[in-house]
Amino acid sequence: MADYREYLEFMYGALGPLNKKDVELTETTDLVADIGLSSLEVMEFIEKIEDHFDISIPLNILPDVNTIGELAQKVQELNP
Amino acid sequence: MLFDKFQEMADFQAELAGKDVKPFGAVTEELISATEGIVQGKQVILAGTNNYLGLSYDSRCIEASRAAVDKWGTGTTGSRLANGSFAEHQALEAEMADFYGVDHAICFSTGYSATMGMTATLAGPGDVILLDGDSHSSIYSGVKLSGAEIIRFKHNDPEDLAKRLRRLGDRTANTLIIAEGIYSMLGDVAPLKEVAAIKREYGGYLMVDEAHSMGVMGESGRGAAQAAGIENDVDFFAGTFSKSLGGIGGFCTSRHPELEAIRFCIRPYIFTASLTPSVVASTREALRIVRAEPELRDRLWDNAGRLFKGLTDLGLMLGPSVSPVVAVQLADRAQAIDCWQALLNAGVYVNMVVPPATPSTNFLLRNSVSAAHSTEQIDQIIGAYASLLDGGLINPDQAA
Repeated sequence: MADYREYLEFMYGALGPLNKKDVELTETTDLVADIGLSSLEVMEFIEKIEDHFDISIPLNILPDVNTIGELAQKVQELNP
Repeated sequence: MLFDKFQEMADFQAELAGKDVKPFGAVTEELISATEGIVQGKQVILAGTNNYLGLSYDSRCIEASRAAVDKWGTGTTGSRLANGSFAEHQALEAEMADFYGVDHAICFSTGYSATMGMTATLAGPGDVILLDGDSHSSIYSGVKLSGAEIIRFKHNDPEDLAKRLRRLGDRTANTLIIAEGIYSMLGDVAPLKEVAAIKREYGGYLMVDEAHSMGVMGESGRGAAQAAGIENDVDFFAGTFSKSLGGIGGFCTSRHPELEAIRFCIRPYIFTASLTPSVVASTREALRIVRAEPELRDRLWDNAGRLFKGLTDLGLMLGPSVSPVVAVQLADRAQAIDCWQALLNAGVYVNMVVPPATPSTNFLLRNSVSAAHSTEQIDQIIGAYASLLDGGLINPDQAA
């Protein structure tokens, strides 16, 4: 399974086309407040991660996730 | 502030009010027939009612309802578990079970509470729910309450469902798969044959929401699962009485005897007043008509095919296949608002749907076809859309 850093690097790449405001992407970048992802875009982003790493990410984790780093952390916890 | 999160909606409503356009909550001031009414002071063809078989205005259903009011009064004033269980409810449940060829049925006060209640209750902590990404809001509300692990599969994508079931391994024994027969926004039909085959291969339980397909699809009108020939693979059928049956209420039917125990665990069933008897009576009569008059479905599909072809020929972007829901997809909000108002002015009432209620970023002019529409009315609807193109409100090249 991938580690935290690998999840993070993939997420930076996958967010590229969705980063319309061209904000700097770091672990503390907020997916909605900073990048401005819509709920539909969040789902598309999650699907990209799922397809790439062949994992399923439960929707239940989303209320606890705001930043890219938090998402990478959660995904790693679910797929140790 | 508490109200900050509503500002965007308040701004949108103000924008609509500024244009004197009311696509949400347009008031029907008078009904002339199942397909005609007075909306906002204008006589219009009703093309956004989900009244698929036209039974809301059927004289036999009205008479059954009237007789029930005389016999039972206006309401039950209680829940099914308290004082609200009448002989009429039990009769409707028996008839629904018989219609689906199973032994168990539960009736709910609305379709929303049926799908929300079943999805919130069937799976719980430690279980998994696999739901189609374009599932109805009631299903999303239900699964959120369930406490189960919630995983989306890509809309109408059996391969993605298979992948996710494979990842679950032994946990599929505790997994509820949720699909709909016809998806309500674009009218696309679920690939239930493939979904059922995957369920057979990997395991799990399957619930199909037939809200927009019961009375509409299948040899005897049971819905998309019957049309796909996979009813034996379906563990739970859910649906509504508010569309093809022209009343209000919802249902779940199942071959599993456990449904009788589940009944007593469904909060939206326990803690709400039961269906009013007059509605139960009209629903029972409508169900009888669905079973006795399959020609209604033929007429519905003839009308759906005619509207779909007419709008396709105009170059409009529609859903993927012919269905009683025919949705025109537009990319621009202001354009959708102007088109909705122009259609009303041209004598056609449709639904305007905006994201996030739509499955993409597109805006929809959503038409629902009825068996009660005449051929002339379908042609008038097509003509009203043609006038949008003639007036420059839609350019096919700019369609979503």
